Amino acid sequence: MYVAVKGGEKAIRNAHKLTAKRRRGDTSVPSLTLEQIAQQLSHAVARVMGEGSLYDETLAALAIKQARGDLIEAAFLMRAYRTTLPRFGYSKPVDTAEMLVERRISATYKDLPGGQVLGPTFDYSHRLLDFALAAEDDSAEPAVETSPPEDVAMPRVTDLLGDEGLMEPDPVSDETAPVGDLTREPLSFPADRDLRLQNLARGDEGFLLALAYSTQRGYGRTHPFAGEIRYGEVEVEFFAEELGFAVTLGTIKVTECQMINQFKGSAKTAPTFTRGYGLVFGQVERKAMSMAMVDRSMRFEELGEEQVAPAQDVEFVLSHSDNIQATGFVEHLKLPHYVDFQAELVLVRQMRAEWFEKRRQEEDSGDAAQEAAE
Amino acid sequence: MNDTAQIFDQGEYNFAYLDEQTKRMIRRAILKGIAIPGYQVPFASREMPMPYGWGTGGVQVTASILGKDDCLKMIDQGSDDTTNAVSIRGFFEKTAGVRTTYETSEATVIQTRHRIPEKGLREDQVLVFQVPIPEPLRFLEPRETETRKMHALEDYGLMHVKLYEDIAKNGHIATTYAYPVKVNDRYVMDPSPTPKFDNPKIDQMPALQLYGAGREKRIYAIPPYTKVKSLDFDDYPFEVQKFDKPCGLCGAENVYLDEVILDDQGGRMYVCSDSDHCEERRANGHLGPMAADPAATHFAGGASEETVQ
Ligand SMILES: [Zn+2]
Repeated sequence: MYVAVKGGEKAIRNAHKLTAKRRRGDTSVPSLTLEQIAQQLSHAVARVMGEGSLYDETLAALAIKQARGDLIEAAFLMRAYRTTLPRFGYSKPVDTAEMLVERRISATYKDLPGGQVLGPTFDYSHRLLDFALAAEDDSAEPAVETSPPEDVAMPRVTDLLGDEGLMEPDPVSDETAPVGDLTREPLSFPADRDLRLQNLARGDEGFLLALAYSTQRGYGRTHPFAGEIRYGEVEVEFFAEELGFAVTLGTIKVTECQMINQFKGSAKTAPTFTRGYGLVFGQVERKAMSMAMVDRSMRFEELGEEQVAPAQDVEFVLSHSDNIQATGFVEHLKLPHYVDFQAELVLVRQMRAEWFEKRRQEEDSGDAAQEAAE
Repeated sequence: MNDTAQIFDQGEYNFAYLDEQTKRMIRRAILKGIAIPGYQVPFASREMPMPYGWGTGGVQVTASILGKDDCLKMIDQGSDDTTNAVSIRGFFEKTAGVRTTYETSEATVIQTRHRIPEKGLREDQVLVFQVPIPEPLRFLEPRETETRKMHALEDYGLMHVKLYEDIAKNGHIATTYAYPVKVNDRYVMDPSPTPKFDNPKIDQMPALQLYGAGREKRIYAIPPYTKVKSLDFDDYPFEVQKFDKPCGLCGAENVYLDEVILDDQGGRMYVCSDSDHCEERRANGHLGPMAADPAATHFAGGASEETVQ
């Protein structure tokens, strides 16, 4: 029983046991290993690391296994674990210009220094189910003709345009300024761009995708071009006070998207292109692009644009982007609410009684009026 | 950056789960809340191992005030044995190892969702509420930037217009739970989705009341013996729900009742929402009109099968 007056604890324990059993499924089928998940479901792992806000492929794989492939549930497991970790400080900003690039494309230039590097992508593939993959043994490694990641300079497209003054420059960063961090301070509005980007980086891929899409369909159009999307490895450095210099903690894989958008300029500033920025863990291009588009939309105020669309509405976007918060609150409707429902029942019954009483009186007086007329 | 070993070595938690630094941060928010009764204090709510909307605010407040000698009572919908109350009580048993109880009078900290115990609380008790939407003006004005301004200016006209429109349309104030109150003649506050039946209990309550909203990252408080007035009009004074039957099991009157559907023939029974109150009355020999009914004994359940102590 859902809410028995007694016995809730036993029921919960049994439900958890059943979940564990269902998770494992048929025990004659081998159990998934974390390595299998981390390697063969790498997009799922990347999404869980991003929305779970914790870069650890093995933990993400474990979360996906435990959540039976429910990626929002898996991201939630990561968040709950992350919150227990000690915090030593903030890393230095990663330098994506120094990325060991595995994929790098620009839609705005046919060719550019460092070249277009397609790398691994679903793009240009025909979406036909590949029945060969259904075979038990697909361990034969596909032969790939590729040069290993090249150590050639691959300047960021936005830096190339920046040389000409065509592109708004990167905001000047003050390394001594405190880093906005919505996991340490509650988000308040108006929110600066650092907090907005942090929020979007943790935000739900589907939510950001829909918002970005809406700007393409006229709800706050920003005329985006995919200036550059790059994916690869970057070093994470931490400045150690005791040592007096930065040490490398390790490498992470990220996707960065620079959207280039129109801007007409003003009396004070010459016309330049503007930018939207996206950066996410792993290869999650759909989200990096969506993030860049939504970031650009939310800059309407600083760029002197009119606010006309949902994707520009900072409070609306930031308050609803977090799928851990969203799923918790939507799903909390499964919790018992019978006390409040009882309160509504009492009122609706009373209002109905009054309604019927009123109608009876009207009918009576109507009858009386008719009799009088006869 | 992987550390697989870490995964398998996390059996130890700090007392009551949260680290001491986080607890201090939350205690500061609580103290500020007590200093400004009814004011919503923003705090850096943490991700908890239970979902947002399932009591994370209350859990963080409880975790921050709990001491080793405390005795914790956990209720949801008035009952200690509802699923989520069981789950959160289990959480604190595991992470804090404190004594827990079903008895209102024995508890030093009571965390609740949607109800206030029928038995009057004492000065040495703290009542912690789980709050889903802390902002009483939220459904009138969705923007936080606007509602904070309205609180700052003590501009509550919109709320009175809403209550007035209710009366004009329905002949009643159509708010039956989360009924807005004014605290200490200053802040309009959402008493969390307790039925308005419980509103009179929060006025001049001897116990400290703490309200925690995890997802919305707000804490607010009502210090002991604070004036709390439910909003109303001179010609439409505030009224609580009245039930025309007593509790079917213990015969209690003037308590909040749950309606239990007994069969598909329209059979219904009303029982105390506060299950501890009902049990205590029955133990003291009070019997309701349905106490001997076979259908009722099923719900009364006798002694708890899984007593959590
Ligand atoms: Zn009773």
